[in-house]
Amino acid sequence: MAVCIAVVAKENYPLYIRSVPSENELKFHYTVHTSLDVVEEKVSAVGKVLVDQRELYLGLLYPTEDYKVYGYVTNSKVKFVIVVESSNTSLRDNEIRSMFRKLHNSFTDVMCNPFYNPGDLIQSKAFDSVVSSMMVQAC
Amino acid sequence: MESHEEKPIIYTMENKPIVTCAGDQALFMSLYNSLTQQLPREPMEWRRSYGRAPKMIHLEANFVQFKEELLPKEGNKALLTFPFLHIYWTDCCDTEAYKASVKEDIVRWQSLLRLHSTLDWLIVVVESDAKKKNKTNILPRTSIVDKIRNDFCNKQSDRCVVLSDPLKDSSRSQESWSSFLTKLRTLLLLSFTRNLGRFEDDMRTLREKRTEPGWSFCDYFMVQEELAFVFEMLQQFEDALVQYDELDALFTQYVLNFGAGDGANWLGSFCQPLRSWNGLLLRRPIDMEKREQIQHSQASLLDLRSYLFSRQCTLLVFLLRPWEVTRRALELLHTCVQELRLLEVSVPQGALDCWVFLSCLEVLQRIEGCCDRAQLEANSSHTVGLWTYATEKMLSLGLLSEMLPHPVSKISRWLALLLRRKGDPKRAESFLQDSVKSYLSEGWALPVAHTRKQMAECQKLLGQTEDYLQTSALLASDTHLSDSERKHFCQEILSFAGQSAGHKVILNMSSFAQLRQLQFRPAAAVVHVGASLQLELRLRSLMPVPVQLEQLAITVHFSLEKGGTWGRAGPGGGAPRRTGQGSPGGAVQFPGESPPGSHPRTTPPTLELYEMQDRSPSDGALNSTGVICKNVHLLLRRQDSAVSLDTPSVNTISMEDGAQLLKTHDVSLLPGNNDILFTAPEPGTYTLRQLCATVGWVQFVLPHIYPIVQYEVYSQEPQLTVEPLADNLVAGLPQTVKFTVVTGHYSIKRGDALQLSNSDSMPILPAPRCTARVLSSATVLSIQSSEKVTSISLPLTPPYHTVEFQLVVLCHVPAGPVRPDPERLTNGEPWHRPRSRLRTHSGMIALDQKISIDCPWSIYSTLVALTFYIPFKAKHSLLSAGKRKYVQVCLQNVSDMNFQLAEQNLMLQQELPMLRLRSLNGQTKQRVYSRQSVFYLWEMMWNTEPLPSLQCLFSISFCPADAQSLHFTPYHYEFQLDSLSTLYSVSADIQPASGESHCKTGSLCGLEVSITRLSELSEAEKQDEGSVESGGLSTTKLMYEVVDNSSNWAVCGKSSGIVSMPIAARATHKVRMEVMPLFAGNLPFPSIKVSKYLPHNALPAIQPDTDGCLENDNISLLDKGLTDDQADTSSIRSRGSVVSLGSGEQQRGLPMPRLEPFGPGQVFNCSQGCQVLVLPSKDDHVLEVNVT
Repeated sequence: MAVCIAVVAKENYPLYIRSVPSENELKFHYTVHTSLDVVEEKVSAVGKVLVDQRELYLGLLYPTEDYKVYGYVTNSKVKFVIVVESSNTSLRDNEIRSMFRKLHNSFTDVMCNPFYNPGDLIQSKAFDSVVSSMMVQAC
Repeated sequence: MESHEEKPIIYTMENKPIVTCAGDQALFMSLYNSLTQQLPREPMEWRRSYGRAPKMIHLEANFVQFKEELLPKEGNKALLTFPFLHIYWTDCCDTEAYKASVKEDIVRWQSLLRLHSTLDWLIVVVESDAKKKNKTNILPRTSIVDKIRNDFCNKQSDRCVVLSDPLKDSSRSQESWSSFLTKLRTLLLLSFTRNLGRFEDDMRTLREKRTEPGWSFCDYFMVQEELAFVFEMLQQFEDALVQYDELDALFTQYVLNFGAGDGANWLGSFCQPLRSWNGLLLRRPIDMEKREQIQHSQASLLDLRSYLFSRQCTLLVFLLRPWEVTRRALELLHTCVQELRLLEVSVPQGALDCWVFLSCLEVLQRIEGCCDRAQLEANSSHTVGLWTYATEKMLSLGLLSEMLPHPVSKISRWLALLLRRKGDPKRAESFLQDSVKSYLSEGWALPVAHTRKQMAECQKLLGQTEDYLQTSALLASDTHLSDSERKHFCQEILSFAGQSAGHKVILNMSSFAQLRQLQFRPAAAVVHVGASLQLELRLRSLMPVPVQLEQLAITVHFSLEKGGTWGRAGPGGGAPRRTGQGSPGGAVQFPGESPPGSHPRTTPPTLELYEMQDRSPSDGALNSTGVICKNVHLLLRRQDSAVSLDTPSVNTISMEDGAQLLKTHDVSLLPGNNDILFTAPEPGTYTLRQLCATVGWVQFVLPHIYPIVQYEVYSQEPQLTVEPLADNLVAGLPQTVKFTVVTGHYSIKRGDALQLSNSDSMPILPAPRCTARVLSSATVLSIQSSEKVTSISLPLTPPYHTVEFQLVVLCHVPAGPVRPDPERLTNGEPWHRPRSRLRTHSGMIALDQKISIDCPWSIYSTLVALTFYIPFKAKHSLLSAGKRKYVQVCLQNVSDMNFQLAEQNLMLQQELPMLRLRSLNGQTKQRVYSRQSVFYLWEMMWNTEPLPSLQCLFSISFCPADAQSLHFTPYHYEFQLDSLSTLYSVSADIQPASGESHCKTGSLCGLEVSITRLSELSEAEKQDEGSVESGGLSTTKLMYEVVDNSSNWAVCGKSSGIVSMPIAARATHKVRMEVMPLFAGNLPFPSIKVSKYLPHNALPAIQPDTDGCLENDNISLLDKGLTDDQADTSSIRSRGSVVSLGSGEQQRGLPMPRLEPFGPGQVFNCSQGCQVLVLPSKDDHVLEVNVT
């Protein structure tokens, strides 16, 4: 399960960022922010070749000693970042992919809300609960 | 990688597959060089088992002398030392010799091989011609080869090959070599396939047993590595790498399983406490030391991982994939750290950091060793992770070494050194600035806060007080920090501010407090001097604790002096220019500036749409309409360039010097919203510019207050205005006039009065009760009139109030004709004559009345002009019937009112007993409505000839039609009548042609014009008409013209002519001419025009001073051409028949004959309006019907 889930706008400012309360929140902010560079690199590398059939899932972005950072970019260049603990070995690529899919679906719902202005911070409870379901439950 | 290939590959294992050689060693040695050279020259396809792709392979071999020890013993899994092929060499060509020794030797060799169940062998028979020649007893049929084949190779004839003359350079020899080498390669590959296949099968079996208790990973490792070695030996690096990767994955899986609770016994050896953390060693192809440890199950996890990675690294470098090394290295380091954690291996503090750090450097060094600089730089993205990781670890080691009492080793000293360099706060600060900028632009609040904290540290170290305080303010207001941290930074500012000896520091207020709202009381923000204008400021303190401000000041900019010196027209005249003050109640809201470090782009500007109408300038018609967006420049701004605008510039705040201030002292600013009150005293219009809060030595300055806010304190002169209550003031009727006194700064005291100068033409009518209104309260006004002055006592009124009252005035209609008076200056005169001026305003005659008023607040008189309009306009005309004369007066009501008229009268100015005026008017009272006229008529009756001109006076009385009391006001109209008597009578008669009873169209008729003088001319008239004495008979000359403007008649012959009329009365002159009717019906007579004809020697007539209603249009002969043309239109034959009066030779200045018309009524046309019946001619088939 994830320890941090972030949605980052096209312009790279955070739309939503949530991390497990037990950990230092700042660290995750730094981690997510740093991983955006990798996202950019990957997207621009792919963008040149195949724009249409681009795989949204970017895979492992940025492994650190303690965490693994996975990335996902929607077609509107909104980035999803999921940080899992390196020690959590039960998570395979497929699980991460399905997490991103779930996140994307929920994000789409948020965008479909006529009262939501694209670019605003996400404050949807539904989205929150989807994220919660994917987070490590704090003991 | 070319550079790399040129270097000797020192990492390559020098292993080659072993091929043993038995038999004739001397023979083999002679061929050895050729063999080793030629074997790898051609590739061979290696077909693989298990569906693996076939490969082209260059074979090499290590030929060694056959020894029994070389043959692998049972259970020996070593593949590197495994002999893949055994060759027996012989050059025996002698059957005897073969039977004697060679065969026996081969048998022995074969039995040894069989003993070790080795099937990979080959017998080479070398034939040479030289040897054959020596031996004579050659059996050609059954050669040695056949014998050997027969003896050993049952069904495997290919196990024996012949090599012919190997040392000769002949085609046969080459052919023989080639087939031999092919055979050799084939057999070698066959052996590989067989032996490796068997090995792999064994290995797989071993792997299947891994769940069994006694299974050891290390043993299995050694087995699979053998396979890897063989692949490497065969230069199949890819395959070799696969072996290691499989081992890697297997081990990883075990560790993971262990973490999941499924522990294997053999893992125990890896769970031993860590004793060595030497880091990776990648320089040697095989770290035999570690390999041995693994072999003996003494390796730690790090040892195993290090060894595994070093092998992978070697192979990857062979495969020219250095960047995979870096990627895998980072992965490995992370994995190791994780695995040690998972296996709960006890690790000394810092050991792992040390291992990771050293390993990173080792990998980087290894990569640098096999790449040139350009490549490294191009692929920095692959190495940056390792560098970062190394730095991280170095830092944590550095922190660790700081905790130790003494730097224990060389490394930690070096680290400390590095750290000190790293700790260069100046460089660090600028780096941090950059990252803060980038975090701010992307809206990452938490990193912003944290980086600012580090920045503050650096700035404190560097002694950058101002920057430090500014950063502290930002941090103290940052809600992302904990309360205690915020309080700490706030305290930092306060303690600086409270220093006894300090210097002034100016900081940006945005991080300290925010201006939320400004409210004026009164809301309009416009007050007069002396009134209180309060300004309430809502300041939101961002500090975590209450802050005591010594002073809070608003810098104001004096923008206009208009209130101070000029009298203001009124409160509406100088509406304050306050942009953005839309809300009612005068509150100015300031956009909530985003707190530092929040999301800067989440509030994009909203569209400001406005309706746009394009109207044509002439008539205001709508050309087009649309919607325009007024803030396009903000919306379409490029995002990139906008970033720089968002970042607040810290160091560019300056205080405006010498500006006026609004201040309050000793304000305690609590966290959150604070309302602070200011009062504005000075007159003038001011713009709020800056806000400055002073805390000890620290000043927080808001450099610009935007939106622009202005307030105005004005001082106003007292003012009096007099204006009519209605649209127009009507002369002759009582009219109400409104007086307004705006007191301004003057307060009306007891006894203050307005002194109005009286005027005869416009008296002020006493009103029964005159009240003055001061705002809403009404006071009775006392008005005292003396002969010259009317005095109005004003009620007591405070400053900046308005007194209103009304007076009734009457403007007399002037008796005579209204003529402009010469302009007279009336300044300073206490008494003024009404200065009337002729002005027409919508047809009305206007009278300007001026009043001079003395006001108590001024030594000068105020002149007030009132304009009255005369409601009537009169016209007169003289009508005649033969010799009888009538005077008609038309009275036109030009006003908007209805009037009752009475007592119309016409009088002569001078008494003439023989002249009498008989009124022909009916009623005495009459009503005239707005914009209508009334006509009055009098007949003039006289006994004798009247005077040539008469002065008349028309008078009438009027009052408003709806007035209750019929108080009539007189109206007079004076006029002059001239040329009263009728001089000539003109009559015309049209007779049909002789013999006809009626006139007919197209046939000529006779027109007889007779002109009769009615009375004898007086002397003056003689002179006037230019009488000529000729032969004692005095005559005057007249010119007649027959003009038919309606084209009914064609005048045949002369249509005009000159007649001489005797002066005697009743003299008649007849003129005949022929006219032809052009139409049938009752045709009006052509008109006959008679004018005076003045001969050239007559003096030009002195023009009489004509009255307004008389047109005096002299027709000089210069104008003759024009009148002639007009006359000609009616006369087709008259062209050119007009008497030529020598117009061609006329010259200016010469006396010349002139024509002069008679005055109205001087010539009476008796046949005016007469008609004659004209019948249509018989042969006129065309019936023309005119319908009009």
